[in-house]
Amino acid sequence: MTDSVKISVPPPELLAKKRITREGLLPWITTPVLVFAMVVVWHVYVKTTGISAFILPAPSTVWTEWLAMLDSPRAWRHTYFTIYATLVGFFWAIVIGVGLGVMIARIRWLEQTLNPFIVATQVVPKVALVPLFVVWFGFGITSKVIVAAVLAFFPILTNTVLGVKSIDEGHRDVMTSLNATRWQIFKRLELPSALPYILTGLEVGIVLAIIGAIVGEYLGGNTGLGALLIARMNAYETDQMFAVLIHMSLLGFAFYFAIGALRRVLIPWHQSASH
Amino acid sequence: MSSAAATSTDPHPAIGLKAIEKWYGTRDTPVHALAPTDLAVPEGQFLVLLGPSGCGKTTLLRMIGGLIEPTSGELSIEGKNLWRGGDRQSEALSELGMVFQEANLFPWLTIEQNIALPLELKGVDKDKRLARARELCKLVGIAGFEKRWPKELSGGMRQRAAIARALSYDPHILLMDEPFGALDAMTRDAMNLELQRIWMETKKTVVLVTHSIGEAVFLADRIVLLSPRPGRIDSIIDVPFPRARGTEVQTSAEFQAIVRRLRVRLAEIS
Repeated sequence: MTDSVKISVPPPELLAKKRITREGLLPWITTPVLVFAMVVVWHVYVKTTGISAFILPAPSTVWTEWLAMLDSPRAWRHTYFTIYATLVGFFWAIVIGVGLGVMIARIRWLEQTLNPFIVATQVVPKVALVPLFVVWFGFGITSKVIVAAVLAFFPILTNTVLGVKSIDEGHRDVMTSLNATRWQIFKRLELPSALPYILTGLEVGIVLAIIGAIVGEYLGGNTGLGALLIARMNAYETDQMFAVLIHMSLLGFAFYFAIGALRRVLIPWHQSASH
Repeated sequence: MSSAAATSTDPHPAIGLKAIEKWYGTRDTPVHALAPTDLAVPEGQFLVLLGPSGCGKTTLLRMIGGLIEPTSGELSIEGKNLWRGGDRQSEALSELGMVFQEANLFPWLTIEQNIALPLELKGVDKDKRLARARELCKLVGIAGFEKRWPKELSGGMRQRAAIARALSYDPHILLMDEPFGALDAMTRDAMNLELQRIWMETKKTVVLVTHSIGEAVFLADRIVLLSPRPGRIDSIIDVPFPRARGTEVQTSAEFQAIVRRLRVRLAEIS
């Protein structure tokens, strides 16, 4: 009898998931440098051409206006309104998108029945429907929530369907041979297996949700960052328009990175979580 | 070489097949995957199903494992019927552990969580099942890797974890479908030695599918040679070498004689 084959355990640092490499550090240096360079070009352009502040305000003025926004409770009320509309819309997009996606992926006739309608809702330019939503749901927050949800829904749905359909047959065999119940198969195999796909859907979805909320605010009501932007435009306050734009972009970044953080928490085993 | 007298005289075999048959496909283009087959595997035996592709060996193993329902015939595990009215019987299933060609570990579970998964499904509490997983890691030679993700392990080590998972709930029977088919030749030889050791330590009944003649002769107490179109038992060969077999057995004249006989017969029936 031969001895069992000995396997030595490699030191943990060799298997460490996240290694700090030069490539990993690069964006932390290049991003601030490039942003700074952009601002310098912007500044020099404004100073040398003497362009009207109505067309392009100087970066320093925009900065001052943005800081003033941060100090203004009114601006924050608009911000919270947009955040709320985005998140509530996004929430319903997840509930309907993931729920319907799981069902469609498992039930063949349901997929065939619903597919033409789902494609139709995608082909119709949804932003063009916003006036209709305003007519139906009024100038309040409901119409914004619905636009956000309608926009975010589709990528979440398609990614969920793809995720549930991509489940490894071998993994299914394991669960079948273990006599797992339908619920156990869903909870222990289908959901974790589809999660990386669903999170990709969420990453696209959150960005669309914020776009939906802002477009909704453009066209109806007087609250929210979208409405604020339109108000500044009508008042010819281009510098404040820029400040609102910066505010919106930062909000988008925050949401996007929140999903990225969720990825690292929920699926640390997946490659996509390591960068 | 004995003829196809597959039914042993053992009144209580670990696995009993009576006229098990399998048809695939549609009414217009039916495929006869397995002709009515009788087979009895005594408890503790290491049985190898060997045959060319299309001989129904994997179909046969998957039927024993309850993954495919036979078209007709009776299939008993430890005297209990596996199928009753289209449903699998859980008492029979819990005597079976399956190992596939791919390790099929869940990438979102660590090695110990993977090994403990069957116990989790059965409702065993966490401390108990993880303790069992750690014990099995030692048995299959992957101690120290309990908290790793599957992707951090080599192919051979992943297959060891898959064997540990199949053993977790201590079934009496281990079913293995070309478990080392995806491994390189050297790892495969090492894994064959390991499998023999694990089998001798755990005293399980093993049914292993392979298309490697050398692997079959090295591992088996008894080889069931299957021929294709339709799949059926061609012959049964007992392999007499004493245990534990070392690598040197493979160079013996007797070993080579059995390999040669099987190779000639395989060429005739393929």
